[in-house]
Amino acid sequence: MKRWRTSWYALPLLFGSLFFVVPLAAIIQRALWPDGQLMLDQALAVLRTRATWSVVWFSAWQAALSTLLTVLAALPAAYIFARYRVPGKTWLRALAAVPFVLPTVVVALAFGALFNQRGLLNRWLMDWLSLSSPPLRLENSLTLILLAHVFYNYTVVLRIVGGYWSSADLRLEEAARVLGASRWRVWREITLPLAAPALLAAALLVFTFTFAAFGTVLILGGPGYRTVEVEIYEQAVNLFNLPTAAVLSLLQMATTLTLTVVYTRLQRRAAVPQTTRPQPERRVHSWPLRLAVLGVCASLVLLIVVPLAALVIGALGGPDGWTLRYFELLRVNQRGVFAFVPPERAMLNSLRFAGLTTLLALLCGVPAAYLLARPRSWLTRLLDPLFMLPLGTSAVTLGFGYIIAFHAYELPLGLRVPDLRRSAWLLPVAHTLLALPFVIRTMLPALRRLDPQLRAAAAVLGAPPLRVWREIDLPLLLPALIVSAMFAFTVSLGDFGAALILAVTGPDNATMPVVIYQFLGRPGAVNYGQALAMSTLLMLVTLVSFAVIERLRGPGAEF
Amino acid sequence: MNHTRRFGAFLLLVVLLGLLAACGETATPTASPAPATAAPAATASSGASQPFAGKTLVLVSHDSFAISDSVLQAFTAQTGAQVQVVSAGDAGAALNKSILAKGAPLGDVQFGIDNTFLSRALEADIFTPYAPKNLDQVPAELKLDAQNRLVPIDFGYVNINYDKAALAQAGLTPPQDLRDLTKPEWQGKLVVENPATSSPGLAFLLATIDHFGEDGDYTWRDFWRDLRANGVKVTAGWEDAYYNEFAGGGAGGAAPLVVSYATSPAAAVIFSETPLDDAPTGNLLLSGGVFRQIEFAGILQGTQQPELAQAWMDFMLSDTFQSDIGGQMFVYPVLPSASVPAEFTKYASVPSTTNNLDPQRIAAQRDAWIDAWTDIVVR
Repeated sequence: MKRWRTSWYALPLLFGSLFFVVPLAAIIQRALWPDGQLMLDQALAVLRTRATWSVVWFSAWQAALSTLLTVLAALPAAYIFARYRVPGKTWLRALAAVPFVLPTVVVALAFGALFNQRGLLNRWLMDWLSLSSPPLRLENSLTLILLAHVFYNYTVVLRIVGGYWSSADLRLEEAARVLGASRWRVWREITLPLAAPALLAAALLVFTFTFAAFGTVLILGGPGYRTVEVEIYEQAVNLFNLPTAAVLSLLQMATTLTLTVVYTRLQRRAAVPQTTRPQPERRVHSWPLRLAVLGVCASLVLLIVVPLAALVIGALGGPDGWTLRYFELLRVNQRGVFAFVPPERAMLNSLRFAGLTTLLALLCGVPAAYLLARPRSWLTRLLDPLFMLPLGTSAVTLGFGYIIAFHAYELPLGLRVPDLRRSAWLLPVAHTLLALPFVIRTMLPALRRLDPQLRAAAAVLGAPPLRVWREIDLPLLLPALIVSAMFAFTVSLGDFGAALILAVTGPDNATMPVVIYQFLGRPGAVNYGQALAMSTLLMLVTLVSFAVIERLRGPGAEF
Repeated sequence: MNHTRRFGAFLLLVVLLGLLAACGETATPTASPAPATAAPAATASSGASQPFAGKTLVLVSHDSFAISDSVLQAFTAQTGAQVQVVSAGDAGAALNKSILAKGAPLGDVQFGIDNTFLSRALEADIFTPYAPKNLDQVPAELKLDAQNRLVPIDFGYVNINYDKAALAQAGLTPPQDLRDLTKPEWQGKLVVENPATSSPGLAFLLATIDHFGEDGDYTWRDFWRDLRANGVKVTAGWEDAYYNEFAGGGAGGAAPLVVSYATSPAAAVIFSETPLDDAPTGNLLLSGGVFRQIEFAGILQGTQQPELAQAWMDFMLSDTFQSDIGGQMFVYPVLPSASVPAEFTKYASVPSTTNNLDPQRIAAQRDAWIDAWTDIVVR
């Protein structure tokens, strides 16, 4: 059994070394040790600049604020969806995940259509209050950045914490209630503390994600706001100042690492082995509860469904009323361009990359989570934060690393490593790197909660290791596994950054976000309409995929 | 066990999708955009021998490269070679990648280096000199590298577009002078892109730097200080400026003026919802507000098939390719004999003078200018 497990552990380690450590080392070496000479002066100069630290400071506090707001916004929904029967909640939960796949420019268009001076909200307010000028001036503001971050990350908290709660053992809470504790006290002293590991994991993911924010800050915040990632992009791409870009990337990674180390400490303290059992959903029986459910659903609709609806309305609205014209036009290669991608091709490309990413991410992520859940040792202490790093690593920097590291190599004995840089396989590989932190963070709390005595008992009773895994681990981990799969799937479906930084694509590998960008690169009402139509299709694909995955999970095992 | 079965079904689905991916891979081993179906036509039409039959030319480009399928097939018919296009990010990222890949290039030819990046490309020494066949017909003012490591392929103008309806509604007539934009009636009416993150944004800034100059009693800094005081709106990229802020673009914008391209009004006609008699937008060709962007291509050092790369360079300056550029990329061909779409002549007015800066000066000052601009307009 030992050896069987150990060989699985090699998978994530090999994958991470090959596709993360090697290219990263390559670009940092090129940037800071050109010609074998360490450019320490330049590195120190960057660290001594006040502007650097003000950018780091802004990245950190906007990320902290985004995390706090996301948790506050999504926690009630996570709890209520986990415990109560709410009609349509499967769809609401799937809808909440849709923002995660939308390219930033599209989200900016959605927010623009809502909040801009001539946007729906302002026009409506002007009509309603009979004002002569638009009352809301939200464009280019911190408010928009934060709103977008909540919009994007709502699903992270909803899924991870909700999934954890749905399989928590209710008997503790029931006992407390019987002993006379108020409902609020039970929630505060039992429900919330027991979910702390999942909550911490979700918060860490949201923080890391928003700390490295690029598109939301650049496009929605306007030129007044700069995160480390924005600065790196400018240094690396526009100024081609690799040493500065490398130092900033290292700084960004160091922040992620520090934070993960702190998190790991808290997490270890918070994790308690618990019995888990899928809970039957409870009925919403009282008026205060009904109001709470209504409030949760209303906030979800306002925060998430309304911006999405703005896009769909744009895609369906022509000059003379509702139309499917833009959807029909998607299928026509109007100008005979070679790079034309029919919508079904784009969808299929997106789906196969997402499927491949899910497979790779589970194959690597689940063994990695098992490895990290082992009793504390120097190895797990070292690896735990490292597996979080891809999410806090500058995409441009890593992309440049791929260009340096993956050209063809001549090996002794006439062996040859082929040029990987233009291979379409790099796309799911890069997506897997981004998905791994999500998979691991989702799996770990569930794994740590597994009561080891269950496995021991099964083993004592003579079950071989595989059977123990199948009959003890698998059923208890299934909710977390499915949440992991959904994350991996969505990360890939919505990614545009990796498609941009790698040198692949070409029409044969163009995904839906890539096609959306192609339309938005040109002026004209038809291009705008087609971009929105393609975005609508992307949302539909996401929703249907989620409905299929949720169906597989079957009834009764809600999370 | 129920759980196992469901998880099994789920894994099966994932594996199937994975296999689908694998099949897609093997079905089209090189992502060749020009399918082999053109082969019969190819052999019939050319008659001459196809010196590069079975080979593939790899063209590295920024992601805005577009050309007609038929044009790529014409190249295949002439030479026998297929063309594979690698999109390597925006113009800056694509160039940087090729610089990093020096010695082991990502392809045979690179397209899409503009005059703001020209110096960086030449200094990095990644291109091989080659003078394509029709280069002698290209106007001398477009050729910026005497050694022909990079040769011009197309050019375009960055300038302000105005939305006719929005101006009429506000009771305004198009301004006659760039400095009019600092007057009260134009307050909050102009959208520009951030030169730090957008190539039209940088182009427009460069035009104003050339026009107002760095010294004197009214420098480019003064102009931008006044623009800021007059509520100029800055976006990260062209997409956001045009579709989100410009009244003539998408849904929510209100600004009647935006920094865009001289061909945008023609594109607005070509890509309109209903056939239009007139362009909904127009060009403001103000002195000091127009920058000519020239795009270059060159053969990457270290290519394993230099003759094929030369054939492609010849092809890029051929009438076939040059006459297709306008309708696909909304820029002008450098070959004077090449044609452009009829809408260009009708709706895309062309400036008589432009502001052009020496690429070396751009390379030397880019960083400082962008910093200064950021201090003036943003901070």
